[in-house]
Order: sequence, then structure tokens, then C-alpha cells
Amino acid sequence: MPAIADLGGTDGWGPVHPPAPDEPVFPETWEGRAFALAVLGMGRISGRNLDAFRYALDRLDHHAYFEEGYFGRWLNAVELMLVESGIIAADAVDARAHTLEGTQVEEPPAPEPTKPDYAPTGPGSLREVDTPPRFGVGDRVRVGEVPPAPTKLPRYVSGRVGVVEVVQPGHLLPDTHALFQGENPQHVYTVRFDSRELYGADAEPFAVTVDLFDRYVEKA
Amino acid sequence: MTRPPVALRTAALEQLLTERGLVDPAVMDRFIATYETAVGPLNGAKVVARAWTDPAYRERLLADGTAAIAELGFSGPQGEHIVVVENTPTRHNVVVCTLCSCYPWPVLGLPPSWYKDPAYRARVVREPRKVLREMGLDLPADVQITVRDSSAEVRWLVLPERPAGTESLSEEDLVGLVTRDAMVGVAKVAP
Repeated sequence: MPAIADLGGTDGWGPVHPPAPDEPVFPETWEGRAFALAVLGMGRISGRNLDAFRYALDRLDHHAYFEEGYFGRWLNAVELMLVESGIIAADAVDARAHTLEGTQVEEPPAPEPTKPDYAPTGPGSLREVDTPPRFGVGDRVRVGEVPPAPTKLPRYVSGRVGVVEVVQPGHLLPDTHALFQGENPQHVYTVRFDSRELYGADAEPFAVTVDLFDRYVEKA
Repeated sequence: MTRPPVALRTAALEQLLTERGLVDPAVMDRFIATYETAVGPLNGAKVVARAWTDPAYRERLLADGTAAIAELGFSGPQGEHIVVVENTPTRHNVVVCTLCSCYPWPVLGLPPSWYKDPAYRARVVREPRKVLREMGLDLPADVQITVRDSSAEVRWLVLPERPAGTESLSEEDLVGLVTRDAMVGVAKVAP
């Protein structure tokens, strides 16, 4: 079962939507509120763990991910994080929404928080890595299989060979960080793939670069 | 089971967290206003116009985007490591995030709807020429396209080509020409 958020190269989406001039940042008021709640709310768990937030997005159902728009998806993901860490009860948001609508419903009591025992070792996502990078500019690497979620290895480059274009600064590893299980700093490589390597000899000629964590790639 | 409408659920969550002292609506107001007014593509346009008029700055920008952008006072969330790539008459870069909608907030603000659209996220890494045409950019066949998928914490910014015929314009005038879409790589800057 592919992760819902891993869309690269998938079919069936129809045409893109060309840019509209002067599109408001938040077309509806609630969208700005949802944005702020997501960013500030996730900071109430254990650090501001963006990887955990992305993993929450990735576990939403089709309706919660696609049908309520970008900021609806953000609201649903931060709600999931707050429920999982015992900050709000599972039905608390719906119950309060019914109350706001004027329907009398019993609201669940606030649960006991079960926040992950985890603190980031520094701000942001960049970290020093103790060992030198395994690969340098110009090296050919093959991308491994997509590991079990959470991960940031996009399916469309799995098994494909590319060339390291840039060795980027070290990052904490989303696969463990998203689970509050450690930072595991990794080197990150910008790897360039030829379109024909990804999609076959008939593909239109172009290149894609993907930023890949050290553990996702092996020598080709 | 159908849940209450998303706008109402947003209000509900805000109330719940406010009652618990976990968010402050006034802080939320300021946060929202920041992204509505202060942090947007005008920041990126200033970076581009500086690079077009100051060759030493352009060099620093392409060598270390984050530091050169910070020289103009722009930094913050989603801008930890910004890499700037230059578009030329023969080489064209276009940026996407196939896994979510990662975007260099300090220089471009929050992403526009088309960038967050599943169709753009799915298709631009598969058939970029066609997608760009649908977006209104028809590139000659000999232009080499590189799609930049922001799959880690690197944030990509495109330095667009300076349009011909703008030699007499000041840096300030040039700022007004630079568009968000050109800095993502789905448009060129028009003179």
C-alpha cells in the first residue's frame, strides 16, 4: 500500500491548475487559523517535529488528505498528533464543533498526556555528521527499496541509478525522527536522475534531482 | 461518519487549545498576519534583483544561498538551507515537492495553490515539458530541464533570467518585474 503523500510520477490527476494572479495566502479565514494551529500546536508535543507532522499527514485517510484542501489536511494532521500524545481526546474536536453548532453533546474529558519522551538536540533539521560522506560529487548511486513508513524515499526513484550532484549538509533522519526515536544524523545527497532511467527509453528527455539520505543509497 | 465541517472543527480545536493555555489567539493573529503581509515573494524578488545588478552578490548567492539571502535580512522557518539555481537560455530548473509541499518560506512565503495541487506534485517529475506548457510556459525543445524535488530539508530557489531590454532599469524597478512563478521555475520574467 503506497503512502498517500508519495505522489511523484503517479497517474490520474488530470491537468495542473495554472497560477491565478493575486491569490490570497488564506482564501478563507479558517485556513489561516488552521495553519497557525498546526504550527503552534505541533510545538506543544515534543519539539516542533516536522517529520512527525509529515508522518501524521501521510496517515490520513483519502478524505482527510485530499478533500479538505491543504490547510484542512494540516488541521487533521495536527489533531492526530495531539490525540496520539494525549493532549486532547479522540472525539474532542467533533464534540466541541457540535457544541459550537448549538447541538448539546457531552464533551470527553481531557486525557492524561502521553507525550513522547524526546527532545531535539538542536534547532531545525540540520546536524553535523561525525563520519565523512560515503559518496562524492560524480559518484553513481542506486536507490534502495522504499523502507516501511515513515520515510522520505520517494517511490519513483526506488531501484534507480543516479549521479551525486551536491553533497548537502547533514540532516536528522526523518525515518526515526518522525517516530520520536532519535535523530540519526545523515549525509544528504542531491542525486541527478535521467528521465530515461526513471521512465524508460521513450521518456521525454529531462533530469530530476532528488535529495536523498545516506541510508537510502548504495554504490552503483 | 461525516465529521462537522472543517471550518467549524478549526474553531473547535482553537477553543480547546486556548482553554488549556496551549495556544494564544493573539499569538495566532500575529503569526497569520506575518505570512499574509511580511513573508512573501517580494523578499525573493529583492534577492533576484540584487543578483541581477551586483555580480559579486550573484556569485555569493549561487555559492551559499542561505548566507546571501540572510544578507538581505531574510531567514526563518523553511529556510534553514536554501540552494539557488540559475536559469539560462539553455538550462531551466523547476521546483516541486512530490512528498508534501516543501517551499522556501522566507523568500517566497507560503506556497500557492497550484504548487500544493496533487496534479503538479505527481506530474512535473514525469512530464515537465507538458506541465510547464499547461502552466503557460512553452520551452524550446533544446532547453535542458532539471526538476528539483525538495525531498529533504534543502529548499530550492530559482534565479530567473534577467529579461532583455531591462539594462536601464534600477534594482528597485527590477524588483517589480520578478514574479513568484519565475522563482519556482514555471514562468519566465517578462520585461
